[in-house]
Amino acid sequence: MDLEKFFQNQNKKKQVKILTCGSVDDGKSTLLGRLLYDSQNVFLDQMDQVKIESEKYGTQGKDIDLALLIDGLQAEREQGITIDVAYRFFETSKCKFIVADTPGHEQYTRNMATGASNSDVAIILIDAQKGVLEQTKRHSFIVNLLGIKHVVVAINKMDLVNYDEHIFNKIIAEYKELIKNFNFISTKYIPLSALKGDNVFSTFENTKWYSGPSLIETLENIQIEKKDIPNAFSMPVQWVNRSTSDFRGYAGTITSGKISKGDVITTASSNSQTSIKNIYGTNGELGEAFTNQAVTLTLQDELDISRGDIILTHDNTDIIKADQFAAHLVWMDQDSMLPERNYIFRFNNTYINGQITDLVHSINVNSYEEIATKKLNLNDIAYCKIALNKTHSIAPYKNNHQLGSFVVIDPYNNKTIGAGMIDHVLRRSTNISWHEMSINKKTRSKLNVQQPCVIWFTGLSGSGKSTIANILEQKLHTMNKRTYLLDGDNVRHGLNKDLGFTDTDRVENIRRVAEVSKLMLDAGLITLVSFISPFRSERKMARDLLEEGEFFEVFVSTPLEECEKRDPKGLYKKARSGELKNFTGIDSTYEIPENADLVLDTKTNNAEELADQIINFLESKKII
Amino acid sequence: MNLTHLEKLESESIHIIREVASEFENPVMLYSIGKDSAVMLHLALKAFAPSKLPFKLLHVDTTWKFKEMITFRDQIAKEYNLDLLVHINEEGVKNNIGPITHGSKLHTDVMKTQSLKQALDKYKFDAAFGGARRDEEKSRAKERVFSFRDQQHHWDPKNQRPELWNLYNTKIAKGENVRVFPLSNWTEIDVWQYIYQEKINIVPLYFAKERPVIKRDNLLLMVDDKRLDVKEHEKIENRIVRFRTLGCYPLTGAIESKAISVEEIIIELLESKNSEREGRAIDKDQIGSMEKKKQEGYF
Repeated sequence: MDLEKFFQNQNKKKQVKILTCGSVDDGKSTLLGRLLYDSQNVFLDQMDQVKIESEKYGTQGKDIDLALLIDGLQAEREQGITIDVAYRFFETSKCKFIVADTPGHEQYTRNMATGASNSDVAIILIDAQKGVLEQTKRHSFIVNLLGIKHVVVAINKMDLVNYDEHIFNKIIAEYKELIKNFNFISTKYIPLSALKGDNVFSTFENTKWYSGPSLIETLENIQIEKKDIPNAFSMPVQWVNRSTSDFRGYAGTITSGKISKGDVITTASSNSQTSIKNIYGTNGELGEAFTNQAVTLTLQDELDISRGDIILTHDNTDIIKADQFAAHLVWMDQDSMLPERNYIFRFNNTYINGQITDLVHSINVNSYEEIATKKLNLNDIAYCKIALNKTHSIAPYKNNHQLGSFVVIDPYNNKTIGAGMIDHVLRRSTNISWHEMSINKKTRSKLNVQQPCVIWFTGLSGSGKSTIANILEQKLHTMNKRTYLLDGDNVRHGLNKDLGFTDTDRVENIRRVAEVSKLMLDAGLITLVSFISPFRSERKMARDLLEEGEFFEVFVSTPLEECEKRDPKGLYKKARSGELKNFTGIDSTYEIPENADLVLDTKTNNAEELADQIINFLESKKII
Repeated sequence: MNLTHLEKLESESIHIIREVASEFENPVMLYSIGKDSAVMLHLALKAFAPSKLPFKLLHVDTTWKFKEMITFRDQIAKEYNLDLLVHINEEGVKNNIGPITHGSKLHTDVMKTQSLKQALDKYKFDAAFGGARRDEEKSRAKERVFSFRDQQHHWDPKNQRPELWNLYNTKIAKGENVRVFPLSNWTEIDVWQYIYQEKINIVPLYFAKERPVIKRDNLLLMVDDKRLDVKEHEKIENRIVRFRTLGCYPLTGAIESKAISVEEIIIELLESKNSEREGRAIDKDQIGSMEKKKQEGYF
């Protein structure tokens, strides 16, 4: 065996990343098992294992169940379904395939989006007996949304419809209608039987009417790479390499175009320019480097560049600095997405806090209908507007997948809860920055002879928040402290009178109050905020707006039964009778604080004593 | 210009490694001395050249590794001027835990899984690189590149973070950690081809040589030291053998082979009909066994 020749051939093989979409019954695992088995990428001992498991879990009687080569986790083997994205590898004489195998049933839209985000080609499985189903529409929509350009429609189980050409053609016609508004570059249709192996690797005589290539030939021959790479270069800076005082390199992976030694570059955050001194690839110096290559660049002149910045050439007009943009969003979490809630947005090389300010519409993935909506639930897809707390350089997703994509992270528990694709920038970056006043928080506080802070009371309706806050304010007043009390009921009569009591409105209610309390603090006041503020996320958002040591969360801990017994405004009675909807503690949740700065027990102490507890606390914190 | 398959894999891995160095406070690279670790280390050295590695290496020593592995480990650490930590579960040593006396399951749990947790807790590492690949075993096919572990180091297959594009979520709370697998998308043949092309140094145990072995439970075990406790009916034979994977010597079966170079190993691999984990006893304790070990915190 000539190894050099073998490696030459190996290096010529194209890397093709495939997404497989189909439901539990379409025979997707069987098709994948077939691809692995027929491409001779299954070892004997693995087959032995599958034989044992076939007897235990198999669905093919005495035959080997090839699907068992694929279904990885024990839980799903037992249930006979695939529950997560799995990656498979096989190769042929021409290609190295990396397959993202994703489940097709409804609740796992997020897994499909995940698999699609890194794929070049999608195989859409259709059961010939069933034709185009709702899930076919759903799969195709997500494939298109995530920007996959090449689709292979595998019409499976042809053996069960007597290899009927009419059925095949009918499905093609239906599918063509379905995708007429999509942006696919190539769409191929293949009649096959994964179970029998027909038209998977070689064409089959039972489908003589089909003159096209087999599935594997089709996959091998798709032109994935764009022929003409535009020169517009971009590389997000991942890590700054300072090995010695005179070596300063910028490490990152090129996201578009190519770069050569001597090219003039600039950065997204500044207008200054310089040229490339040297390019270090994985094997030393390079004359030029291309998209997807990991490199380290050195520059002729020192520029102020750090992680989060992007090095680019002037001809790159895709990349725009902005703090607002429109995007498609896939929601991936049990907790609903609420507009105006604070989320972390993870871009290529940076994290930025921001909010989803407008839900323009959500999209029904089965009918492609646009629907007005107030919040997003797990697996919902929507078009929305997003505002970041600071500007960032972004590009439309269709032009640059790396710089046009983001994931959404819950700041409370760090879970990945959404993923988005930027459509276009809404407002180009302007020079509106926070105006630095010469009279500031510090000077005002000095005049007031006090340390400003926000004391945030949270607790159920009727727990005693306002009563305690009121007494506290009186006490502070007699101590010559300048204060202001923001009370839930009062603010709702004015500033927030346009808001109701849905989760979405509650989030906005607290956001506004948090912003107002920040201004009050800036004015140098000890600010008392008395709001139910039922959600941890919003209380954290309020805390995060301020600096360390400026925000104190006071939990007025009165059990629901006690509040209901007191019912000073008769609201619980109304809520119980159904007259009042979305009432905290009854049909709307209250999330108990986990790390309150102070917990007040209204059952053991009266309001006067509790106000004194706060005074003692403020003294211990050197606020008063 | 389009990159070759290996160049794409190389760049992807380097991106992952740099991401960890940039976003975590105290990362560590788990170095198991095997060929995958060798490739991972090689990629890390490239990712930060000409700088030194911005993190330490950690070897969890079960005290049952082949002698040649330990020699090789120390030689590599010296050659590349690496900051290498070695951790041994002293509690396990005190209780004389070993694969022969206690079986592979308990030994692996105490000396590997528990020991790794001890080390991560002791040094407060928030991210740990591992050389695992998705093509190795079925349950690994679903593993994320950044695999989130709770404070008890548990892996919950149903509760993994979705991973889109190359936007890895590196946010964790105090005490939690992630395992990071830069070689996720490499296959066994990719690893060998890379070792060949890059001339990466690997432990000589991978190459065929005459070694003293016995046959036990269908595995060819090398008599690496007296602890193997060779029984009277077990005959020590000198056979030309090599190892496809390396672990604790009483749990790692040798294969009969004449491959004495990387080229010959690749040829053998291409013609072979058995997958590389075959030599490992721990995968087959019971059906779905790797998945169970992972839930408990095994790499």
